[in-house]
Amino acid sequence: MAIKRLFIANRGEIAVRIIRAAKGLGIHTIQAHSEADANMLAVKLADEAVCVGAAPAKESYLNIDALMAAIAQTGADAVHPGYGFLSESPAFVRAVEAAGVTFVGPSAATIERMGDKVEARKAAEAAGVPVVPGSKGRVDSVDDAAAVAAEVGYPVMIKAAAGGGGRGIRVADTEEELRKLAPQAQQEAAAAFGDGGLYLERAVRSPRHIEVQILGDGTDAVHCFERECSLQRRRQKVWEEAGADCLDDETRATLCASAVALAKATNYRGAGTLEYLYDSATNEFFFIEMNTRIQVEHPVSEMITGVDLVQEMIRVCGGEALSVRQDEIVRNGHSIEVRINAEDPAMQFMPWPGKLEAMTVPEGDGIRFDHFLYEGYQIPPFYDSLLGKVIVHAPTRNEAIEKMKAALQGIELKGLKTTIPLHLALADDPDVRAGNFHTQWLEPWLDAGNLPTGGAS
Amino acid sequence: MADIQSPLPGTFYHKPSPEEPAFKSAGDAVAVGDVIGLVEVMKTFIEVKSEIAGSFAGYSVDDASPVTAGQVLATLD
Repeated sequence: MAIKRLFIANRGEIAVRIIRAAKGLGIHTIQAHSEADANMLAVKLADEAVCVGAAPAKESYLNIDALMAAIAQTGADAVHPGYGFLSESPAFVRAVEAAGVTFVGPSAATIERMGDKVEARKAAEAAGVPVVPGSKGRVDSVDDAAAVAAEVGYPVMIKAAAGGGGRGIRVADTEEELRKLAPQAQQEAAAAFGDGGLYLERAVRSPRHIEVQILGDGTDAVHCFERECSLQRRRQKVWEEAGADCLDDETRATLCASAVALAKATNYRGAGTLEYLYDSATNEFFFIEMNTRIQVEHPVSEMITGVDLVQEMIRVCGGEALSVRQDEIVRNGHSIEVRINAEDPAMQFMPWPGKLEAMTVPEGDGIRFDHFLYEGYQIPPFYDSLLGKVIVHAPTRNEAIEKMKAALQGIELKGLKTTIPLHLALADDPDVRAGNFHTQWLEPWLDAGNLPTGGAS
Repeated sequence: MADIQSPLPGTFYHKPSPEEPAFKSAGDAVAVGDVIGLVEVMKTFIEVKSEIAGSFAGYSVDDASPVTAGQVLATLD
């Protein structure tokens, strides 16, 4: 059944993005908001808005009962969850479905299965998607550990089979090291967890983060190529690209095909992303997890393929078949996105919920700015610090970096402190220019003082 | 009587975590630099430290309530 009245259970820039997509499809938009968000841009742009609770997210954007009441009250026939908040909550999806309302995303069962690390790994293996090779179960002797390590390949990570966290994790490069480290790990595991059992898996050193965008309609599935998001701080992506220039064509084709295989095997509906670690030394990739929602960095995939991912997910969840075939989705050029956060990079990224006094936005061919700002807007302190994303598109990666630099130099957000200085420094860095980075690269780069800092700190 | 103000807008907490007791109770001695609460701003927790010494009189706002920059969080005698 085609969607006519879409309820947006999110805020910030993604709510604005969803409203624009829905309006383009002629769909009536209903924006949920907390008491602190009554004057946000998405509320102004939506056809109607409804308050769902107090400022703290758990009383509003995470409050299933309040959202369900607002959905009933406004007569919505579908819900778009955006990212974060309840976008991957099986309980929310079940409540929405029980009310006879369409959820713009996969089924509760799919979200549940992919949200469980062990189940997701099993589903990936069953679909032929490579996972980090490891021991099948617990390993109890050093000889067994050596046999498993010979099979999965060095370097190997030795972990306690019981318990979690970082306790007892060691990395061995050779069998000799393994024979020295495994007994230590066993002892530590026995002391910490009362169980000396070990678990071994291949250690991927200096991995790159590569992910594949997929779309499914419940029967068929396609990919919109890959993204690289290796520049991360505290596990948060800061700079994202499409495509991943470190991949050769054959690896890219295998990677994307593996993602489609998993999407088809789970009868996936909506937009989703499979995340992988990529070991550039061995040219191997390993599935780590699947995100069953739209992602912050989706625009770079839109820029290189021309597919509107948010519109497509609304259409397929409304019951239509995919509007594009795989052979119609073609890569064109290179795209980069940077996240503009309300943080002061000169002060250890201290949050900066200021008031936007004046705004100049970058414009031009191949430049896109997804945001929720307007002049006079007071950034509320209650939610995350993402203000928006600058996205550029150019024929090559080098040209995209140049275009990003020019776009960032053309932005003025008076009254705010943002991460723009970080991105300008990255755009000028020789390693970033050369594509020489991995997920452990950015933090040491910051620690080494590559950013001008203010004050005595 | 002296006031301790919030350095930032956000959500003010009396306790280091929900299971733990409040940083200070009425009558506690407060030294310069003592943490009296946390302000959560954009998912980051910032410690609120006293810039003066004294005896803790009490919190001026409830635990887990929204505060503005400069708002009085607690008073010292």
